[in-house]
Amino acid sequence: MMNKDTSHINSLENEAIYIMREVAAQFEKPVLLFSGGKDSITLVRLAVKAFYPAKVPFPLMHIDTGHNFPETIEFRDRLVEELGLELIVRNVQDSIDEGKVKEESGRYASRNMLQTTTLLDAIEEFKFDACIGGARRDEEKARAKERIFSVRDDFGQWDEKNQRPELFDMLNGEIEHGQNVRVFPISNWTELDVWSYIEEENIEIPSIYFAHKRKVFLRDGMIWSADDEVVYRDAHEEVLEEMVRFRTVGDMSCTAAVLSEASTISKVVEEIRDSTISERGARIDDKRSEAAMEKRKQQGYF
Amino acid sequence: MEVLKIATAGSVDDGKSTLIGRILYDTKSLTTDKLDAIKKTSKQRGYDYLDFSLATDGLVAEREQGITIDVAHIYFSTNKKSYIIADTPGHVEYTRNMVTGASTSQASIILIDARKGVIEQTNRHFFINNLLRIKDVVVAINKMDLVDYSEETYNKIKADFSELMSKRDYQDQKITFIPVSALKGDNVVNRSNNMSWYTGESLLEHLEQLDKKDIYNVGTPRFPVQYVIRPKTEDFHDFRGYAGKVYGGELSVGDDIVVLPSKTKSKIKDIYFYDEKYKTASRRSSVTITLENDINVSRGDMIVKEGDLPTIDKQFTANVCWMDSENLTVGGKYVVQHGINKVLAKVDKINHKIHPDYSGIDSEATSLGVNDIASVTFKLNKPIFYDQFKNHRTNGSFILIDTQNNNTVGAGFIQ
Repeated sequence: MMNKDTSHINSLENEAIYIMREVAAQFEKPVLLFSGGKDSITLVRLAVKAFYPAKVPFPLMHIDTGHNFPETIEFRDRLVEELGLELIVRNVQDSIDEGKVKEESGRYASRNMLQTTTLLDAIEEFKFDACIGGARRDEEKARAKERIFSVRDDFGQWDEKNQRPELFDMLNGEIEHGQNVRVFPISNWTELDVWSYIEEENIEIPSIYFAHKRKVFLRDGMIWSADDEVVYRDAHEEVLEEMVRFRTVGDMSCTAAVLSEASTISKVVEEIRDSTISERGARIDDKRSEAAMEKRKQQGYF
Repeated sequence: MEVLKIATAGSVDDGKSTLIGRILYDTKSLTTDKLDAIKKTSKQRGYDYLDFSLATDGLVAEREQGITIDVAHIYFSTNKKSYIIADTPGHVEYTRNMVTGASTSQASIILIDARKGVIEQTNRHFFINNLLRIKDVVVAINKMDLVDYSEETYNKIKADFSELMSKRDYQDQKITFIPVSALKGDNVVNRSNNMSWYTGESLLEHLEQLDKKDIYNVGTPRFPVQYVIRPKTEDFHDFRGYAGKVYGGELSVGDDIVVLPSKTKSKIKDIYFYDEKYKTASRRSSVTITLENDINVSRGDMIVKEGDLPTIDKQFTANVCWMDSENLTVGGKYVVQHGINKVLAKVDKINHKIHPDYSGIDSEATSLGVNDIASVTFKLNKPIFYDQFKNHRTNGSFILIDTQNNNTVGAGFIQ
């Protein structure tokens, strides 16, 4: 006997599956934006469940900054192969080589912002009309106002003051040619929900989410991965070896680690439950200013 | 553990964001980095208290103006439940946001400033909560600290509000009054020591004990087909599954069903959730159904139980909340999205405008402006399968889409 609506996670799962199906039904060329992080892995799982026993009716696309943790890329390729999914990769390096964007320099150089250009170009190249992403409203204040179907104009921009109201379960995916919709099926999930789901569903995730020994250095009270090819490090910033894990997996140059002994999923869930720091508290790119995320979103960032 | 979605309504400066911030703080839902940011900004602004509204007012424009201008979603959980609060603004011009927030909520909080009492805005907030048939409403009388925690003030406001209640359409709505101070933390999460005359629950205690029966009405099962799953693989060569979400009731294997609009009869063969088969699909579960007979079913069709059919009609009358700056006029054409079904509709008649402050109706109206609420009759180019909103929140509601710019311009509740 199925009793799907008693559990909190199951009701979020039902909602996400509903959204996945609306995307497939309402759009001609949807794509699932895959970063290799836990949220996009969760999305893949939900997509597989939504269309079973048929295959997921849209491809995955990875906007590769070239600064990924190698573990993430290995994981990505294996997942795609196992599930028989189609994967598109577009590289930020190409956008740099073509002179479309300029690499940042200095202590806080990151390719995170540069992703936007590569993403918008790829949307245009493939004529994608819906991009499914793993953003959650609990992540950040500006995201708390994001719709589930979020319309972007020709320039990929978000007009936060003029968003379509979303009532009941009804999702209005009507758009004009050139517009596209960003879709957030796990909008209503919290970080803990995602982790609990990963635990409940026994979903495999990249090893960097679990405690491991890593060469790191400290800056501004955060733990940075000491990878000299990607992350700029001052001579006085001393490299230490610590047991750490990552709570989010973004570009290596903008994702800080946390000290952790949590080596299994259940220990991670326990740690998150007791955590006193928010997930994006370890995102260096959000620290730039109080309105950092909102500004990036207006420019078309995911 | 369940999830409870709560809408909030209050006028500017009623302390809504502060209330939410207080809930987050007292349930220890604010992480240290968020709390530090609040402390820092509060200090910068020269406050001698923590401005909890900073926890929820997300957009730059809001922080600048010190007001909430859009629906924000806030998440927290206790050992008992997970909560989502839709923080909706209370200004006159933002009725649409309030309707939006309330549409996805199962309970709501109306805030009243104890110093001001029941004002015109309160009528409006209550009207919308009642129109959307939210089953459980808390009236939080805030800023009790500024009226010396006076029982007399509380009782006066309660009496004034009860007068409103006599005018409501949905009489079974449960209403609970709670005197609070969001700033000082009285009766929000913890019970207050300052109001010994109040013996009821704190706001959170009230929400914690809400059960499914307190927030949902029992309806009849409706299964709008979202997507047809045809794998065409060797293992599932002839598989034809109908994917959708079950609304209002349960569906079980063996149920005699009717597919609308063709009215073809069949039986439910299997209910899949991913790779597992189930005997029953409960309400709000996203399942895939197969039928005994090989019949033609496509997106937009609806599977219902035999003997339990909705109304099938090419016209209906509904209370409409208009959300666009361009007026709705008689003869205007819109797309009606009813669930997942889209049909072309024409405004046949504006029966009357309803003043949401309970001051009566206007039968002379010929057009609707933004934030107007009115009874409107529509004619459709093909039939839809609907229930009255009072019997079925999902199958009795719809949105209106502008045929030119595709925006969602209104919401309706079928009468």
